[in-house]
Amino acid sequence: MSTIEERVKKIVAEQLGVKEEEVTNSASFVEDLGADSLDTVELVMALEEEFETEIPDEEAEKITTVQEAINYVNAHQK
Amino acid sequence: MSRRRVVVTGLGMLSPLGNTVESSWQAALAGKSGIAPIEHMDVSAFSTRFGGSIRGFEIEPYMTAKEARKLDLFIQYGIAACMQALNESGLEISDANRDRIGVSMGSGIGGLTNIEHNHELLLNSGPRRISPFFVPGSIVNMVAGYLSIQYGLRGPNYALTTACTTGTHSIGMAARNIAYGEADVMIAGGSEMATSGLGLGGFSAARALSTRNDEPQKASRPWDSERDGFVLSDGAGAMVLEEYEHAKARGAHIHAELIGFGMSGDGYHMTAPPEDGRGAAMCMGNALRDAGIDVEQVGYINAHGTSTLAGDLAETRAVESVFGEHARSLAMSSTKSMTGHLLGAAGAVEAIFSVLALRDQAAPPTINLDNPGEGCNLDYVAHEAQSRKLDVAVSNSFGFGGTNGSLVFRRL
Repeated sequence: MSTIEERVKKIVAEQLGVKEEEVTNSASFVEDLGADSLDTVELVMALEEEFETEIPDEEAEKITTVQEAINYVNAHQK
Repeated sequence: MSRRRVVVTGLGMLSPLGNTVESSWQAALAGKSGIAPIEHMDVSAFSTRFGGSIRGFEIEPYMTAKEARKLDLFIQYGIAACMQALNESGLEISDANRDRIGVSMGSGIGGLTNIEHNHELLLNSGPRRISPFFVPGSIVNMVAGYLSIQYGLRGPNYALTTACTTGTHSIGMAARNIAYGEADVMIAGGSEMATSGLGLGGFSAARALSTRNDEPQKASRPWDSERDGFVLSDGAGAMVLEEYEHAKARGAHIHAELIGFGMSGDGYHMTAPPEDGRGAAMCMGNALRDAGIDVEQVGYINAHGTSTLAGDLAETRAVESVFGEHARSLAMSSTKSMTGHLLGAAGAVEAIFSVLALRDQAAPPTINLDNPGEGCNLDYVAHEAQSRKLDVAVSNSFGFGGTNGSLVFRRL
């Protein structure tokens, strides 16, 4: 069973079309991983689906790095 | 006012006959059919279960898989054809010329597959599951938009939608952009991927498609007495059009000159042409007048010829009324007998075939024309290509809504 961190990183790599080793905890989606605003919307949707949760838009806007995504999922895991 | 001359300097194509211009053209000259049972979706419930699909296509030489995932297939096909055409033209894009290079790439329907997929998400999972790329990845003008972004092209950028006449109108209007002085180079054509559930089902419901499921390769048979509708196909065609002096100055290879363009509306019916083909005749007449040539100079017509009962006969009558006696001496074929009907891409693919007919001095055949139907009495180049002296070729497209377009090309 993969950890939350591994699952988040896998989704980020898939959605943004980057290699998994580039997906470090501190990586910013826009600045480091080449995402544009629509990519980040899609990424949040993929996280919602994977973790069966709903991320409100005002929360989603604050998720800009891999670590912030991991933190959000950890805090909201059912 | 003397107008600027427009020449063709690059060609690109994905068709059921091949994923390049040359492979498609050689297959057409050889009289091969690109039609086969549809495999990319379950078609068991459909009255027509075959079509002209793009096979063995890899997007990776054209863009990354990540980019492609956001774009409907019609956009991917269109971009691939445009990149082939640009590449073949040898045109180098720089800060010195990018403001004068534009794109006119249309589609008859647009991102139908993407629309269906996201509608399913909406119904099954709610509005929050609609992809943020749904709209930009489906809209008709995104082939033109993507190319502008990718290459920094800042000339006219647009997409026409005139059903099955889209490709022809897109090329004709782009040529006018050049003649009028708005651009020096235009990438123009059309792309389509409408063999989705709604596309195949919708054309079936309109009783437009052949149902010859037991013999798909014999289904597209323009002017034949046993024709029973068109065959739905996918793909894209694109041309690089260039102002003549601009092309000469950079030493470009010139395939042909685009000397005439004409349009008309039928004012008649949503899907059927008037029996006498008067809309088509007016359209060809306008194109020939624009070209400033005599009808006798036309050696080849790439017909709209979709293999429908009414359409094939109306086009024949239109040609007879425009060309008079000369209608019996020219060659007119329908390459749709081999490619099927690419809707908004058809006019572009067929304009390219017309240019290549001039290059190779050969009229491609109409396959499956075993017994011409009543009133179909012209030389349709049945079964086998013909070597002919060809100086001028006309390419026709007629679409739902009663929208017509004709292009006239001359060998240089």
